[in-house]
Amino acid sequence: MSGISAPAGWELVVGLEVHCELATRTKLFCGCPNAFGAEPNTNVCPVCLGLPGSLPVLNRRAVELAMRIGAALNAEIAPSVFHRKNYFYPDMPKDFQISQYDAPINRGGRLELPDGSVVGIERAHLEEDTGKTTHVGGTGRIGGADYALVDYNRAGVPLVEIVSAPDIRSAAQARAYAGELRAILVATGSSDGRMEEGSMRVDANVSVRRPGAPFGTRCEIKNLNSMRSLGRAIEFEAARQAEVLEGGGTVTQETRHWDEDRGATLPMRSKEEADDYRYFPEPDLVPLAPDGRWQAEVAASIGPLPAERRAVLQRLLGGEPTPAQADQVRSLVASDLDALVVAACERGAPASLALVRAANEVAADLSRAPGLDPGAFAKLLMLEGSGELSASQSKAVLGELLVGGGDPAEVARRLGFEPMDGGALDEVILRVIAEHPEDWARFVAGEDKVKGPLVGAVRRATDNQADPAAVARHLDELRAARA
Amino acid sequence: MSPSALELAGAVRSGERTARDVVEGSLRAIAEGDQAIHAFLEVLADRALADAARVDAAVAAGSDPGPLAGVPVALKDNLCTRGVPTTCSSRILAGWRPPYDATVVERLRAAGAVVVGKTNMDEFAMGSSTENSCSGPSRNPHDHGRVPGGSSGGSAAAVAAGFVPVALGSDTGGSIRQPAAFCGVVGMKPTYGLVSRYGLVAFASSLDQIGPFGATVADAAAVFEVIAGHDARDSTSLRGPAPDVLASVSQGVAGKRIGLVSELLDGVDHEVAARVREAAEAMTAAGASVEEVSIPQFRYGLAAYYLIAPAEASSNLARFDGVRYGLRVEAPDVAAMNVATRTAGFGAEVKRRIMLGTYALSAGYYDAYYARAQRVRTLVSDGFAYAYAKFDALLGATTPTTAFALGEHTEDPLSMYLSDTCTVPASLAGHPAISVPFGTDRAGLPVGVQAMAPALGEATLFALAGALERAAPGQAGGER
Repeated sequence: MSGISAPAGWELVVGLEVHCELATRTKLFCGCPNAFGAEPNTNVCPVCLGLPGSLPVLNRRAVELAMRIGAALNAEIAPSVFHRKNYFYPDMPKDFQISQYDAPINRGGRLELPDGSVVGIERAHLEEDTGKTTHVGGTGRIGGADYALVDYNRAGVPLVEIVSAPDIRSAAQARAYAGELRAILVATGSSDGRMEEGSMRVDANVSVRRPGAPFGTRCEIKNLNSMRSLGRAIEFEAARQAEVLEGGGTVTQETRHWDEDRGATLPMRSKEEADDYRYFPEPDLVPLAPDGRWQAEVAASIGPLPAERRAVLQRLLGGEPTPAQADQVRSLVASDLDALVVAACERGAPASLALVRAANEVAADLSRAPGLDPGAFAKLLMLEGSGELSASQSKAVLGELLVGGGDPAEVARRLGFEPMDGGALDEVILRVIAEHPEDWARFVAGEDKVKGPLVGAVRRATDNQADPAAVARHLDELRAARA
Repeated sequence: MSPSALELAGAVRSGERTARDVVEGSLRAIAEGDQAIHAFLEVLADRALADAARVDAAVAAGSDPGPLAGVPVALKDNLCTRGVPTTCSSRILAGWRPPYDATVVERLRAAGAVVVGKTNMDEFAMGSSTENSCSGPSRNPHDHGRVPGGSSGGSAAAVAAGFVPVALGSDTGGSIRQPAAFCGVVGMKPTYGLVSRYGLVAFASSLDQIGPFGATVADAAAVFEVIAGHDARDSTSLRGPAPDVLASVSQGVAGKRIGLVSELLDGVDHEVAARVREAAEAMTAAGASVEEVSIPQFRYGLAAYYLIAPAEASSNLARFDGVRYGLRVEAPDVAAMNVATRTAGFGAEVKRRIMLGTYALSAGYYDAYYARAQRVRTLVSDGFAYAYAKFDALLGATTPTTAFALGEHTEDPLSMYLSDTCTVPASLAGHPAISVPFGTDRAGLPVGVQAMAPALGEATLFALAGALERAAPGQAGGER
């Protein structure tokens, strides 16, 4: 994470609006598939095209997923009403968006970040997505294109918009918030959280103030397509606003566009008048009031949240995780590999080793991970931990286990790795000591830097079969016995 | 008098007449008479004859052809028909062919009814005379110099002219009942949510309901039974079975408590008021107890309606932007194209209501207009609740006057809006209501009496309507 939080003398204030597409099979108000990447205008029907006479019918599953998000964010799940948000735009088939306004399904809430800081959640409401416009010919930009094509496949895809309180104080914290939110969306099965496919989209409201002063004027930054853009855009915008203010100017409330190539936020074409969306209750839908039983079912259906799952792994490690381990813990939970680690440790595998192998080798072959037998994984880790297999041998065996399964010891034999018992290793070590008397003497005298060359010599003598950690441990034991 | 829909269906079901014969009769009547009336925007002769052949094949095969077998039916042009132009009488939808049928169209066809054409209307159902149609007004079959009412004027006129025994319209603030009254036919607006709106091009979603026109109360009841019932494609569709009403038509009103609503008599043309009072007396004679009741909240209904309906319309009609279907007027950029298309595509009344509605929803005005109108809507419902604590059903005029002359109100929108004043209360409350012909004025123009019942009170409503029909002047067993 970046260490820059705000320009000197200024406090950064950020609130994020995150739109996430819900992982439903069908759209919010019709039976069309909710799928990314289909041929344009193939997943459409009279309802999502807003044809005259068509009417919306609410997708129960979308409501359920929105409630899961609410439950995961400690929000109050409340009786809600759909409103129409009226404005003209060609990729919006009805020229209004069905959204929620003053009665959202999820109200209030909080999200605790991995560093322990807490960001308030104002609301998380349901709404429909719009289609997508592509400008073709000319400059390819909105003003200068020859014509535009609209794809309505995305029109009517269910979205939940999660609005944070202006509690975020740095670009790094904004990224941590978005990352944690994404982990929650994925863990609860609500959304796939893919920023690159647009299934999670982040807008940032950014302002700066002198510490203790009231909130400054904010700008809304759009087009943040990655975590990297999010962080860079906030830092740029904070610096820009601070410069404006330090130069005696004022910040204009406006919507700005993040230009990734220029590394700058630029004002979007400003509208002549303030937006008036003329919200009013959607008369084609009835108010939504999930009863207590349904709410309880939904709350029970969400498994442990990412923070809890990370805590489980950290407890297995015992003590404070190193920064590298903390990263591994986060990525294991994000890729759903934490259960494998827990299962392996329950079967006696060393936790730190399980963490490393799962976060590296297993994560690298994620599609095969579900087929990996936790018992075999545990056994392999124990062979490696005891030094019977070296790290490189263990990785090779793990690769085989992921592809074809089997017993780790047998796979190792098949690969020609003779598991070395402790006695055999001692013999080799004694021979190597005899061949390198000067190094050995220096090591015994406490000069640890010769340990590496000794370990290397032992490994060469075993055709790299010996596990370096085990060799090092044996060398230490031999020295201790001498002392 | 032409045979009723139920008589026709009976004849087709028994094999006495073929559906082809019946449908050809309807098509012939349209061909001969519609030049003068202009009830239809589109006559679907080939399609209707093909559908009739299917009904005849079902009869021949001994399978059930449905309760409306072979009955010709006309559809207001805001009901989506697959592959058939559905224009709402607007230039902006000229030539648009929906890729799907409205739920009510599916249900009618499944019941054996045969769609013979799409009828003229006020553009997007905004109007009370069918003069706001891009293809010109329809004429009242009783007097070609007068309007048939609106917005479902084409459907009402088609039934009154004997082109079809039954038709569908849509009623937002009276658009079925008012033209029914003007044309001397039966027109019914169901409880909000009883008939699916799927495939009805929306005007004001919280008020729109599809309902039947018929030459008789029983025909309207038969069509209502076919189109009512839950539809999963409309979230506001009520669950549970729709009320059976056909049997109620002949049930009578003995022992029923009926309120005669003062507000639906005061300010109404004295001849219309006289017919309504006669209807009330006839119901007393038929064994009901009738009492006058004042529901003062009704006076504010019209103002609330003309804020709520345009507000919803301003949003519902946004989609007609030239991007996806219908008219497009090219311009240098999208926003300019939207403006050019909507400027050319919408008529004056539609534009007026879009502007009214946009204003009513705007920041800073929402509370003063839209939100307040919604509170008034609740007041109107409270007024009904008060009355229904004492009465099983209510009675009043359907319209303040009989049919007015073409052009009489076109220069003064507000005077046109006033013709909805008697029908708007039931619309705001979402209650069922029906207009039944009851005599004429001195000029021989039909007068409609409006019956209203609480939500889901369709059985009571049709019982009262049946009694009114039997008591109406000129009817067998009537007073005169």
